[in-house]
Amino acid sequence: MPYRGMTCEMITLTGDGGTPISAYTARPAGNGPFPGVVLVHHLPGWSELYIEMTRKFAHNGYLAICANLYERAGKGHPDDVAAKVRADGGIPDAQMVGDTAAAVQWMRGQKGHNGKVGIFGSCSGGRHAFIYSCTKSDVDACVDLWGGRVVMGKEELNPKTPVAPIDMTAKLNCPLLGIFGNEDRAPSPEQVNQHEAELKKLGKSYEFYRYDGAGHGIFYYHRPLYRVEQALDGWNKVFAFFGKHLAK
Amino acid sequence: MCTSIVEVTAADGMAKADGVWFPLTHAVVAYDHARHAIAGDVITLDFVNNGLPPGARAAVELTLESAKALRAALDKAIAEADIEEAERTESIEAQRHAPRGELLPLRIVA
Repeated sequence: MPYRGMTCEMITLTGDGGTPISAYTARPAGNGPFPGVVLVHHLPGWSELYIEMTRKFAHNGYLAICANLYERAGKGHPDDVAAKVRADGGIPDAQMVGDTAAAVQWMRGQKGHNGKVGIFGSCSGGRHAFIYSCTKSDVDACVDLWGGRVVMGKEELNPKTPVAPIDMTAKLNCPLLGIFGNEDRAPSPEQVNQHEAELKKLGKSYEFYRYDGAGHGIFYYHRPLYRVEQALDGWNKVFAFFGKHLAK
Repeated sequence: MCTSIVEVTAADGMAKADGVWFPLTHAVVAYDHARHAIAGDVITLDFVNNGLPPGARAAVELTLESAKALRAALDKAIAEADIEEAERTESIEAQRHAPRGELLPLRIVA
């Protein structure tokens, strides 16, 4: 049932290290109880797309929140802020976990919440969502859309990203949905296979879907990467997955 | 930054953003998803000042082919500039070492 009425607000969370960070929230009209989704934005930043997707989850009956993980880089257009973060080599994984934990905590304190929280991210946000789900045990389902650098060589590791996410797989605490394009190079189909083999070996609950004729950013309707058929099917898979794992 | 291809170099010069010129501290070259160009991945050039807010950025997104053409043009222009600079230095040195009262014609660069 679509929730055409909703309330959207900007809030301030206490992020990692006590730093105040902004977050966008969307709440469907009604008393609920509603499951919750925490969105982890992609490398292009706390962009309009992620604000829209936050509302999309509310439209579909979820409490939703998306925190600005780039708050510390300064204020400005998301493009410019994201460029600054890119030049700085991204954000530390540990800081992302701290900031995202604040969003999860906010969700769990909401009136009308059903007690279940899903985490959702694409691109770097997919990687981050997976890392969060391996680091914390307070989310009930994880969606990783084409997250790159889950498989990393030792030469890629640094103080900001000290551990390759694939090496965290043993600690994955919830079911995982992965959606990928076979024409992507980051992650490449070979890397997706490698991650799937690790999940299988460790007996983790997961669903991986790979689309032909698609690469990175399948859902990004404002980019040439958009693939309408795969995107529509992919969204159906996201909502089926969350519907299954976030129901009370 | 799923590709993680990013190169940062110090830059000395000026750039313009939002109609205002600002001094540069760095240039950032990346190969990443296009935000605006109608393409998948692109070479992005960001000319920035790290001491100013993120909006102090002159940005370009180029297809890989355009970036290669730009690199060739830069190489050519820089090679010619290096020759000009060497000739200028030679000319100045020659003036400095010329006998008193004897002025050598200065080379005028058109």
